[in-house]
Amino acid sequence: MSTARELEGLLRELGPQVLGILVRRHGDFDTCEDAVQEALLAAAVQWPTEGVPANPMGWLITTASRRRIELWRNESARRRREETAASLAPPHPEPISAADDTLTLLLLCCHPSLTPASQVALTLRAVGGLSTAEIARAFLVPEATVGQRISRAKQRIKASGGEFRMPARAERSERIAAVLQVLYLIFNEGYTASSGPALHRVELTAEAIRLTRQLRDLLHEDGEIAGLLALMLLTDARRPARTRPDGTLVPLAHQDRRQWDARAIAEGITLITKTLARAPIGPYQLQAAIAAVHDEAARPEDTDWRQILGLYELLNSIAPGPMVTLNRIVAVAMVHGPQAGLQQLAAAEADPALAGHHRVDAVRAHLLDMAGDQEAARANYRLAARRTLSVPEQRYLESRAALLIRPSRA
Amino acid sequence: MKYLILIYSNPASREIWEGFSDAQRAEGYRVYDALDEDLAASGEMIVSEALADPSLAKRVSVREGRTMTTDGPFAEVKELLVGFYLVECESIDRAVEHAARIPEATLGLVEVRPVLDLSGLEM
Repeated sequence: MSTARELEGLLRELGPQVLGILVRRHGDFDTCEDAVQEALLAAAVQWPTEGVPANPMGWLITTASRRRIELWRNESARRRREETAASLAPPHPEPISAADDTLTLLLLCCHPSLTPASQVALTLRAVGGLSTAEIARAFLVPEATVGQRISRAKQRIKASGGEFRMPARAERSERIAAVLQVLYLIFNEGYTASSGPALHRVELTAEAIRLTRQLRDLLHEDGEIAGLLALMLLTDARRPARTRPDGTLVPLAHQDRRQWDARAIAEGITLITKTLARAPIGPYQLQAAIAAVHDEAARPEDTDWRQILGLYELLNSIAPGPMVTLNRIVAVAMVHGPQAGLQQLAAAEADPALAGHHRVDAVRAHLLDMAGDQEAARANYRLAARRTLSVPEQRYLESRAALLIRPSRA
Repeated sequence: MKYLILIYSNPASREIWEGFSDAQRAEGYRVYDALDEDLAASGEMIVSEALADPSLAKRVSVREGRTMTTDGPFAEVKELLVGFYLVECESIDRAVEHAARIPEATLGLVEVRPVLDLSGLEM
């Protein structure tokens, strides 16, 4: 007898495969996706009581196909005529492996015509095998909202001519980059909210890691996929130390490093080391390398900031962005002192993407704090706390400001 | 990101609304219905409600552990909250685009506020 967890794992593994087979047979991604979703739900209800069928894949294909016909009959006459015309010619009859199907599905779900929110919802449902209700719970939005995002996403794919087939080679790397972005978005959504009232969102990080692993198995040679997987592992390894029981954030420098997940760190470091040695360099690999340098330090004072600064310089040259600028400045301050950092920060603020951003205030507060200017540090922590849009950040920044009051009163 | 779109009324806007013909009022409702439909269809709608009249409001105060209430309307309040949309949009610009479709926006009575979330990078 299989456990609930094994059953869930089985369904989520078979889901995208069944969907791939159905879409290749019938062509209508929209209806097939709904049908497979319903077949998975039926299996989740029936199998625990009636037992797992001898051929689970066959059962799911049969159930989903039947459901597809029912859905198809429910459609309007106009839709039906279109469908009949389309189903006359099976779109992709050639046999393709389940692995190719999963990759094709991922690429389709992260189609460039979709908004990030829709890409995420569709990917989690069609490839991740999560139900609409589970996705809604994970993102703290109503189920109807997620359902709408998914159906709209499918309409958009259809309207923009997105097809269930592997994109041409020239287009492929760009499309894979979009998939990585979606997977990283899912990871961050789970990671940043892995505490307090949203404890259950941890599942999203696990799901993002699972999907990235799956993608890496399909495209073993791709350095950026390996880089993203390493980055996720090395970041997620710190999760147990990242928040206090009350949900407040613990900055890297104050985390209890004994709580870090040593196995995940070892896996991440091995992966990024091997990848950097053989693949063309990319932003995810560099971010993973930076995370690895942090994770290698047993104590914060052991951190090799020179190496981190070098990596940020490199990242800044191949993939510049406001957050890279700020992180690089923190590394500058750690290597060359807070005044050097403050000077560069003043120059960086000229960038409109950074002007008035709360994280500039937070970094300035941190550097002023390092420089011993408590009064100014406190004012900047407070300013950052007022401007942030994040609850944990706000609490952290307020407590930093409060901490600075104490010595002057003592 | 989630944004709260707040719709207020003031004596001038109430006067305009009360002076409307049935057809004008119906047109106002149609504008709201169309906005509701579009937000639902795009997957950006989280929730939207219109609030009952301020005369039905109660102000709550707790003194020495005892809960006391004062009945509305509250004369000192000039602009009253009459409804809201909680939406999830790509950017505040997009939320403003939706807010601009609300009829009260022509009177300057619509406000967009970002909602705090749980995000936050490693610091």
